[in-house]
Amino acid sequence: MGIDLKSATFEGWRRENGRMGVRNHVLILPVDDISNAAAEGVARNIQGTLAIPHAYGRLQFGADLDLHFRTIIGTGCNPNVAAVVVIGIELGWAGKVAEGIAATGKPVEFFAIEQNGDINTIAAASRAAYRMVRHATSLKKTRAPMVDLWVSTKCGESDTTSGLASCPTVGDSFDKLWANGNTLVFGETTELTGGEHLVAARCRTPEIRAQFQAMFDRYQAIVEANKTSDLSDSQPTKGNIEGGLTTIEEKALGNIQKIGKKCTVDGVLDKAEMPTHPGLWFMDSSSAAAEMVTLCAASGFAVHTFPTGQGNVIGNPIVPVIKLTANPRTMRTMSEHVDVDVTGLLQKRMNMDEAGEALLDSIIRTADGQHTAAEILGHREFSLTRLYESA
Amino acid sequence: MTVHFCVHDEGDSAGVVVVEGIKAGQTLNGWIMDQDRMIEFPAKSDIPIGHKVAIKAIAKGDTIIKYGVDIGRAVADIGAGEHLHVHNVKTKRW
Repeated sequence: MGIDLKSATFEGWRRENGRMGVRNHVLILPVDDISNAAAEGVARNIQGTLAIPHAYGRLQFGADLDLHFRTIIGTGCNPNVAAVVVIGIELGWAGKVAEGIAATGKPVEFFAIEQNGDINTIAAASRAAYRMVRHATSLKKTRAPMVDLWVSTKCGESDTTSGLASCPTVGDSFDKLWANGNTLVFGETTELTGGEHLVAARCRTPEIRAQFQAMFDRYQAIVEANKTSDLSDSQPTKGNIEGGLTTIEEKALGNIQKIGKKCTVDGVLDKAEMPTHPGLWFMDSSSAAAEMVTLCAASGFAVHTFPTGQGNVIGNPIVPVIKLTANPRTMRTMSEHVDVDVTGLLQKRMNMDEAGEALLDSIIRTADGQHTAAEILGHREFSLTRLYESA
Repeated sequence: MTVHFCVHDEGDSAGVVVVEGIKAGQTLNGWIMDQDRMIEFPAKSDIPIGHKVAIKAIAKGDTIIKYGVDIGRAVADIGAGEHLHVHNVKTKRW
């Protein structure tokens, strides 16, 4: 028989707020695009730190600005992060980000470039980062029960083998983790189109079902308002079509296999919002891989599972992304990007229970510290979701 | 025995080719997964890995079923054993 999740453990870092992390990053976090150079300067000076440059953070407003802060602060709050140096062009928003992260109890300091310049800012922030690396590398790992591991999922460069095998493999492991009381999330609102009724039927209460349906309908209205075609140039993507997926409905039905057969949808989240109890959560999100994984990380998830068909190469700066495929051509041509090979499912050499166990085993090994393909190959995609134009 | 294509459910319109290099005229072994049953089927087109083969005759306008669910409509007649994809099937959404 397989892994007993009730007795299984993993080794990670217990953070000040009680959450378990599986990586121990000292993050150099720019508030805005123009602070990227200073953040990268600090990361070059101080070994053992990680800068995560991004494209936004100026003149956003309203819900779009709220999402920016929620994503940046959430990234700093993620339990895979030990300590954070925040750098912004000015003190106000840098301080706001630092204050949000400080609520977790982890070390955080913030710096502003205006009236200092990049060079003095880099010098001061480097000294803070130096102290944080000393601190982070002194922290001892501890054993924790599997229930303390938050696991997210999103698939990409999907093809028909995703729906046949790699997405159901995640579904099998999610059914087992859900029964164990883990905190889980899936999303990709538009990629449920054609199967939304199946997700709605899985919602645990009528209230959750109504919330899910409202999120789905809102996103459909955006597509309807902005589309210039049947979206067959972008949903399914050219890669999906090359892989044999014909319509959004077919793609969605494959995608939905990730939530297994037993899990109920126990709540809904706005983008980068943090779950408040265990169970399977639906996050209203983009279906673009880097955006969705970035949002999962900002919501506090520590490990990500990513089924692919044609071979998406994605990673994330702070969250290990475990990729699995059932496509034998993808295994033949780009196996260095794949952590779990489930091609055996399509030739009856492996059954679904065995595939789910293989993924759970990979999740535990990754949590214990084994690097994923994406980490080894340096994939650190960090992509912020925007809601509309800047002011 | 090599599985050449997989079908989710016996009520589906098409199966998915799961090996490379399928040529017209070849006899294919298909696995119907939900019912765990094998079928044999002749391919009428060259079909790339991941692409679908129609496992019944489909008329223009018919609904295409996969996973036991509606995934779109045929925009041309499709013969059993032929390649079923974006050239003969379109979404009903958007």
